Amino acid sequence: MSDMKSRQLDLQQSVEELLQEATRQGASAAEAAVSSDAGLSVTVRLGETETIEHTRDNGLGVTVYFGHRKGSASTSDLSPQAIKETVEAACNFARYTSEDDCAGLADSSLMATELPDLDLYHPWDQSVEEAIELAIRCETAARETDARIFNSEGATLNSHNGLQVYGNTHGFIGGYPSSRHSLSCAVLGKQGESMQRDYWYTLARKGGQLESAESVGEMAAKRTVARLNGRRIKTQQAPVLFQADVAVGLLRSFVGAIRGSSLYRKASFLLDQLEKPVFPAFINIHEDPLLPGGLASSAYDSEGVATSRKDFIRDGVLSSYVLDSYAARKLGMQTTGNGGGVRNLRISSGDQDREGLLKSMQRGLLVTELMGQGVNMVTGDYSRGVTGFWIENGEIQFPVEEITIAGNMKEMFLGLQEVGSDIETRSSVQTGSWLIDNMMIAGE
Amino acid sequence: MSDLIQIAQQNILAPVGLGESDLDRMLGELTGQGVDAADLYFQSSRLESWVLEDGIIKEGAHNIEQGAGIRVISGEKTGFAYSDELQLPTLQEAARAARAITRSGGSQRVQIAGTPIAKQLYAPLNPLPSLNEAEKVELLQALDREARKQDPRVKQVIVSLVAAQDIILVAAIDGTLSADVRPLVRMNVHVIAEHNGRREQGSSGGGARESLGYFIQESRGLEYAREAVRQALVNLDAVDAPAGTMPVVLGPGWPGVLLHEAVGHGLEGDFNRKGTSAFSGRIGEQVASSCCTVVDDGTLPGRRGSLNIDDEGTPSQNTVLIENGILKGYMQDKHNARLMNTASTGNGRRESYAHLPMPRMTNTYMLAGEHNPEEIIASVERGLYAVNFGGGQVDITSGKFVFSASEAYLIENGKVTRPVKGATLIGNGPEAMSRISMVGDDLKLDKGVGVCGKEGQSVPVGVGQPTLKLDELTVGGTEQ
Repeated sequence: MSDMKSRQLDLQQSVEELLQEATRQGASAAEAAVSSDAGLSVTVRLGETETIEHTRDNGLGVTVYFGHRKGSASTSDLSPQAIKETVEAACNFARYTSEDDCAGLADSSLMATELPDLDLYHPWDQSVEEAIELAIRCETAARETDARIFNSEGATLNSHNGLQVYGNTHGFIGGYPSSRHSLSCAVLGKQGESMQRDYWYTLARKGGQLESAESVGEMAAKRTVARLNGRRIKTQQAPVLFQADVAVGLLRSFVGAIRGSSLYRKASFLLDQLEKPVFPAFINIHEDPLLPGGLASSAYDSEGVATSRKDFIRDGVLSSYVLDSYAARKLGMQTTGNGGGVRNLRISSGDQDREGLLKSMQRGLLVTELMGQGVNMVTGDYSRGVTGFWIENGEIQFPVEEITIAGNMKEMFLGLQEVGSDIETRSSVQTGSWLIDNMMIAGE
Repeated sequence: MSDLIQIAQQNILAPVGLGESDLDRMLGELTGQGVDAADLYFQSSRLESWVLEDGIIKEGAHNIEQGAGIRVISGEKTGFAYSDELQLPTLQEAARAARAITRSGGSQRVQIAGTPIAKQLYAPLNPLPSLNEAEKVELLQALDREARKQDPRVKQVIVSLVAAQDIILVAAIDGTLSADVRPLVRMNVHVIAEHNGRREQGSSGGGARESLGYFIQESRGLEYAREAVRQALVNLDAVDAPAGTMPVVLGPGWPGVLLHEAVGHGLEGDFNRKGTSAFSGRIGEQVASSCCTVVDDGTLPGRRGSLNIDDEGTPSQNTVLIENGILKGYMQDKHNARLMNTASTGNGRRESYAHLPMPRMTNTYMLAGEHNPEEIIASVERGLYAVNFGGGQVDITSGKFVFSASEAYLIENGKVTRPVKGATLIGNGPEAMSRISMVGDDLKLDKGVGVCGKEGQSVPVGVGQPTLKLDELTVGGTEQ
């Protein structure tokens, strides 16, 4: 820990040098961020070590303002010479970018003044051998779960520790260490002509909070064999249940649509919806940036602005956009402390788990995987490839594949029937499964 | 060519006081019993990007990155470490970490020798200063003006310009010493048009391993602006896309993303060595209709996906993947080729020094057939004509792939009629390829904007194809 503390002081000094150099070169304002990460990644396959990767990444970025002109530069080299050259490059750009009234640092009065320890740093003291052993236990469990598992893409253990420091010429400087560990496994199953692959993973700030290696392996295997002998279904309209891990994508699309940069560019399907119903009245969506141990926790945003708990959807009504100071100025509003995005976002959930929701749906499509990028953020048009299961009488009948679902996200959001209690916790955007009243399925 | 090695040494090694003998010595330390291969990969890259939005130059950014990756291979095991500091002690520490994959110590003498490149596919230039700053600003503004003057319904224009230079040097215990200087430029125009309260987008762009003058020559940049507007306006009139299975005609060029997804990834050597691809163990079998010949060609001069050498120092090649429907070969890097007892096809690529190389595509395309494009469209009674696409994705194990149309039309009674909204197309690689019944005589390559992602690594690629017809493919629209 003390080692990390001194490293943090080093990085803070780099940030201060960057800001001083920027001022020395004539910038009227500047901001800088420096990060340093180190990690280990091991992959085993078929019981043998496949790769051992030692990672070490440094990054430094600076943005300078000459009045309302802006320039940026970044480098992976943290030496004093590189700092000087990087600031020079940024200043050079500021000579050619245009005068932009909205450009500049966030207001100094909004800077975070309290920087509590959010419990984000839990290095995992394990040797390479221990990491390999854990991955082998995970993969072995997957291979032993079902006789139809015949091959493997392996199991991977990742363990990363990082430090980030941000500062600006308002005098704000903040930094904190954080850790992130994950274990994943992907295996292949075969039955007759059908060959399928699926995976599972666990992710946490603390090594001890990961799901057990065996349960990750088993889950990967079960998901894989469940997909075997998938069929197509007829083209039709039907209700759709998005399993929690894929429903996260829908919630992310919502966030993308209320992000300031999409709004001022008029590139959002939720334009001019503030104070209007976007979801049914039973839905609330809020963020908690100060959540201790959260995957996206931070007391300040990417501009040093203090973050705070807030609602984006209150009783179905859009109550706030996701703004940084630039987008806020473009829209004539105030930043919401969301420079760099949302932090620990969660949608309110009902009391039924996935199985309960299947019973509510009775007949329809359960989506467990989405493919492709068919999400049009300007119009809200949505068309994706799907793997999942066909549901009759509230129960899984058979796996389905090679079909698509399509609709418009505005209507999908308003057509949300229920959100499950089966919250996906491996993401900084968290939700349970989503039951949507009706979508178009294209198949045979 | 040895002058490439000289440029790389001057740019990367000389500033930190490293010479060829240091590389020899470091490689020597990587050898030993049980070590089958080991390499050092040095990289120095600079990138500059500009963004115009709302008619003003909003962003300008510069990035410098350099570092070295060290890899040691023993059987199927790989040890890997990298560093963004190039001092000898740091590199030696990284080497020890990578070397720990095998327990036995050892040190053999390694002597590397520069291998000449037969033919340079692009000049070893630095595109960043190929226009001065005022000229770059003027270029961005010219595209903005061009887009806005096309039609009053154009409400938003975003123009971006990226210029990058990547210098790499690779040395391996098999004696390889190779270097490359890779320029890459790209421009994009994104347009939002609005009419009667409806908003739609269009985008276009292009790029090459060239200097920035590429966008001024033949008015290429202005053409991107006109094309982005045209697409946005077409989409303003688009009706709901059909849902279900139907004949699909794909236009030439960029729709070649079909091949990249439906067959390309499934033919990468790593998946086939591991037996995880729907194409595993199928060499010599019919995997596409007999009118299909598909190649991966890294040797096209100046193209975005082309490389003088891959990231393991192997010269890129023109590899036949499928010939008249028969599966001919896989794309290989050195590691997978060695384990499969074959040779690298020059497809060993990595995003950067901080990533491990693996088999990746370069420019993947289908050769021309004999049909006139109009004849192909005329053969369809009711179907979809798709000419522009966003991205795609494939599950190489099940063979299922998708790609998302961003500009498409209905074909009714042999004629292209109304534009329809974007929709995802889904199919099974080998099945879809066997349903290609007509191939046009109009082979076109894309304009140079492709980015391929695999296991978290992005590399620039190219695609291409002539107009072609699939008798059946599932179209993910909303109209039954």
